[in-house]
Amino acid sequence: MTAIAERPNAAGLRRDAFLERLALFGLGSPALLLVLVAMVLPVGWLFWLSFLADDGSPSLEHYRRMWQEPSYGRTFFVTFQVSLLTTGICIVVGYPLAYVLSQLPRRAANLAMIGVLLPFWTSLLVRTYAWLVLLQRQGLVNQWGIELGLWSEPLALVHNLQGTLVGMVHIMLPFLILPVYGSMRAIDRDYLKAAANLGAGPVGAFWKVFFPLSLPGLFGGALIVFILCLGFYVTPAVLGGGRVIMVSNRIATDIELFFNWGAASALGVVLLGLTLALLYVASRLVRLDRVLGGGH
Amino acid sequence: MGWLGRPATETQITHRARLWLYAVAVLVMAFLVLPTLIVIPMSFSASQYLEFPPREWSLRWYRSYLASPEWMQATATSLKAAFLTMLVATPLGTLAAYGLFASRIRFGRFAFALLVTPIIVPVILVGIGVFYAYVKLKLVNTLAGIVLAHSMLAVPIVLMIVTSALKSHDMSQEMVARSLGASRPRAFLLVTLPQIRFSVATSAVLAFLTSFDEVIVALFVSGGNNSTLTRSMFNALRDQIDPTIAAISTIMILVTSLLLALAQTVGQPRKRE
Amino acid sequence: MARAAALPIAIRQVTKTYGRVHALDHVDLDIRSGEFLTLLGPSGSGKTTLLMVLAGFTRPDHGSLLFGEEEVVRRPPHKRDVGMVFQNYALFPHMSVAGNVAFPLKLRGVPRADVGRRVEAALELVQLGGYGERRIDQLSGGQRQRVALARAIVFEPRILLMDEPLSALDKQLRERMQIELRRLHDRLGMTTVYVTHDQREALTMSDRIAVINGGGIMQLDQPQRLYEQPANRFVAEFIGESSFLPVERVPGGFAHAGRVLAIQSLPAAAGRHLLMIRPERLQLLGAGMGEGLNLFDGTVEEVVYQGDSILLQAVLASGARVAARAPATAGAMAAVPRAGEAVRLGLGPADTVILADA
Repeated sequence: MTAIAERPNAAGLRRDAFLERLALFGLGSPALLLVLVAMVLPVGWLFWLSFLADDGSPSLEHYRRMWQEPSYGRTFFVTFQVSLLTTGICIVVGYPLAYVLSQLPRRAANLAMIGVLLPFWTSLLVRTYAWLVLLQRQGLVNQWGIELGLWSEPLALVHNLQGTLVGMVHIMLPFLILPVYGSMRAIDRDYLKAAANLGAGPVGAFWKVFFPLSLPGLFGGALIVFILCLGFYVTPAVLGGGRVIMVSNRIATDIELFFNWGAASALGVVLLGLTLALLYVASRLVRLDRVLGGGH
Repeated sequence: MGWLGRPATETQITHRARLWLYAVAVLVMAFLVLPTLIVIPMSFSASQYLEFPPREWSLRWYRSYLASPEWMQATATSLKAAFLTMLVATPLGTLAAYGLFASRIRFGRFAFALLVTPIIVPVILVGIGVFYAYVKLKLVNTLAGIVLAHSMLAVPIVLMIVTSALKSHDMSQEMVARSLGASRPRAFLLVTLPQIRFSVATSAVLAFLTSFDEVIVALFVSGGNNSTLTRSMFNALRDQIDPTIAAISTIMILVTSLLLALAQTVGQPRKRE
Repeated sequence: MARAAALPIAIRQVTKTYGRVHALDHVDLDIRSGEFLTLLGPSGSGKTTLLMVLAGFTRPDHGSLLFGEEEVVRRPPHKRDVGMVFQNYALFPHMSVAGNVAFPLKLRGVPRADVGRRVEAALELVQLGGYGERRIDQLSGGQRQRVALARAIVFEPRILLMDEPLSALDKQLRERMQIELRRLHDRLGMTTVYVTHDQREALTMSDRIAVINGGGIMQLDQPQRLYEQPANRFVAEFIGESSFLPVERVPGGFAHAGRVLAIQSLPAAAGRHLLMIRPERLQLLGAGMGEGLNLFDGTVEEVVYQGDSILLQAVLASGARVAARAPATAGAMAAVPRAGEAVRLGLGPADTVILADA
């Protein structure tokens, strides 16, 4: 009895707290249900399928085949090759732009940022189509290249690896520039003054002070680009012209042509595993919500 | 040109010494912006080969688009799907953002992580997974199926935008409203929602675009009379370069720009002092 | 606006823990009807938590809360009929001044015609008559404060809660608003609970002050009692300046460094005690003065000119340090000894306060 007298209303208050949380959490439940039904369950199902042999018995057959058949090795090789090249080009091309943007006055930089974000806002298909048109044999790039005397015969710029890379770099560049730009803006300019004051020349000050300070953003951005590249489908399918087969394309072919759910699922599981593992690494380096929420 | 000799940064490097850097930046900028924009004048070309600049202007590709029942059908499907996706994903994502933000429970972080998985999982996996499930549920090639999958893809975008808006919103206003006699839902509707409407409108537009631009899931689960525009475009691209697509692309760019401009004006927060 | 029927508040055994930290530890507090009571304490003391419990935004682990005769501890905030002013005012930027003030009336279904009249009356009361159509971002800090106040009282709540409402204002405005708030309280008669960490503000405005620390109430008293007779060392240190000297118990009283002290009111409690000295109560004495005072001899360590007064630090013969404050009048200035010189300080029996050393 004394316990109750000393702790009046304890049970009721606990119940109120529980109900309030439940109500608030309940607001999220329709969204959770949607993601659960439309994503977690189907993908979980694939996960299950990947461990079933064609006759329905549990087996690692699909994973074993992935290991043994050279064609799968080739697919993974191409996927990594394309992703690495795209990431590398994005770094080389994106870093200088981010650097210049980060030194512009705020207003001008924000205006320029619209240019960087413009590709974000336009449909992926439209952009891919634009490149297809520009890079084709009678396309603008060949036309101008020949007129300027850079080359004499129309070059095969598309339906191959180069075409795919151009398209993917175009799509991925904003994902690299945004975090790099952010980390550059955050660097205290006084460090550079101090470096100059201590006798570092412009080049020395850049490499010894500025560049190392911008590395976290660069590394994070590069990882995001690489991860997103791994799952690419549309660009290699259209601009690769059947010559660039990445994991996603292989999965689609397995389903569309061969109805081989087990093989496709196993590939998908490996792709997902790679993505999550790299994402985990990336999450230790950068605030992912800033990068992935970049559609804003 | 005294400007060239002046120091550009704290390292005292002159503008002249790094003109090359500006040149690179301008080129990269052009690489980012021009290819998309160049499609617009090309779509008015009379030639099969889409020259630039067009030697002869014409609306033939627009006419061919408007005259094609298949393209019209696909456009209608895409617009319907995008509109319905917006109607489903915006309230669901906003409610979830508010609930998870306000409840502050440990499970909330987990729920948030679960809700953003659709943008992390490779889309091809979602595509075939949903396709597999839809075959069993008889949802393949239905509008409902497209809307369901697209809403799932759009929810994380709404969630993230609205959550970040709530984070920068002064929640003590909602507390004041409640102390003044408003229940929690009313306080949200009367005080918080009007102030985050800019973000909610933006997220609605992006939800619309998520569906309108989506290719891979649509490839697997839309078809027949319910083919989306992106699915038809993708298939057309694989076969040959049909200049009609330049016209469609121009229209899509126009739709996107209009929507984003609309989001800017609808909910533009009032100017602060 | 008419005087509202004020309600007394009774807080019983209210406890709130965050993990293992007691934000509130079995708090008991009675707030009288129509009283202006201040919760005063350092940051993290639990004063704001207690206010949030009163408003209904923080749910205690257990405890009872009575507004008048009614148990309200489980009632949600919007059904408590409590006016509240937040530290940052939390005005609604998407509404005009009148829209803000009308908000609680509209929620209560007050007829349209009455809303306009009552909003204007509330704005008049806070001296913002005619400001109704202004936008919030067109107002100064002081004006925003007044709008927040008008919004909190327009529906004639029986209890008014304020969470450091003046802390964002500059010093002069803050002092003017203190007087104004107190006048408004006297006119409306609402039971008012006011949170602040500013002791001067608390002393200026309150009928009674509850000094809070570590989730508990250290002392509940009128401002003067609190300053003159602090219950313990924490209260004495938190309110006003003070020096503490060790004392030993002697038959019939206390002594410092062997000298028996003349004391007006002796403490009842046993245990260790301290002598509390307020700097402004110490008198600088010339030779042969100090009849009837407790005398302390020492050496001046430091003299600091502070404009309105002179602060003097001295080391007593016993080794203890004390601070003394003298008015900065021309005469006093001339008499102040310099660092290194000997000084004699006197303290009247009424100002000689013995505290429990808790």
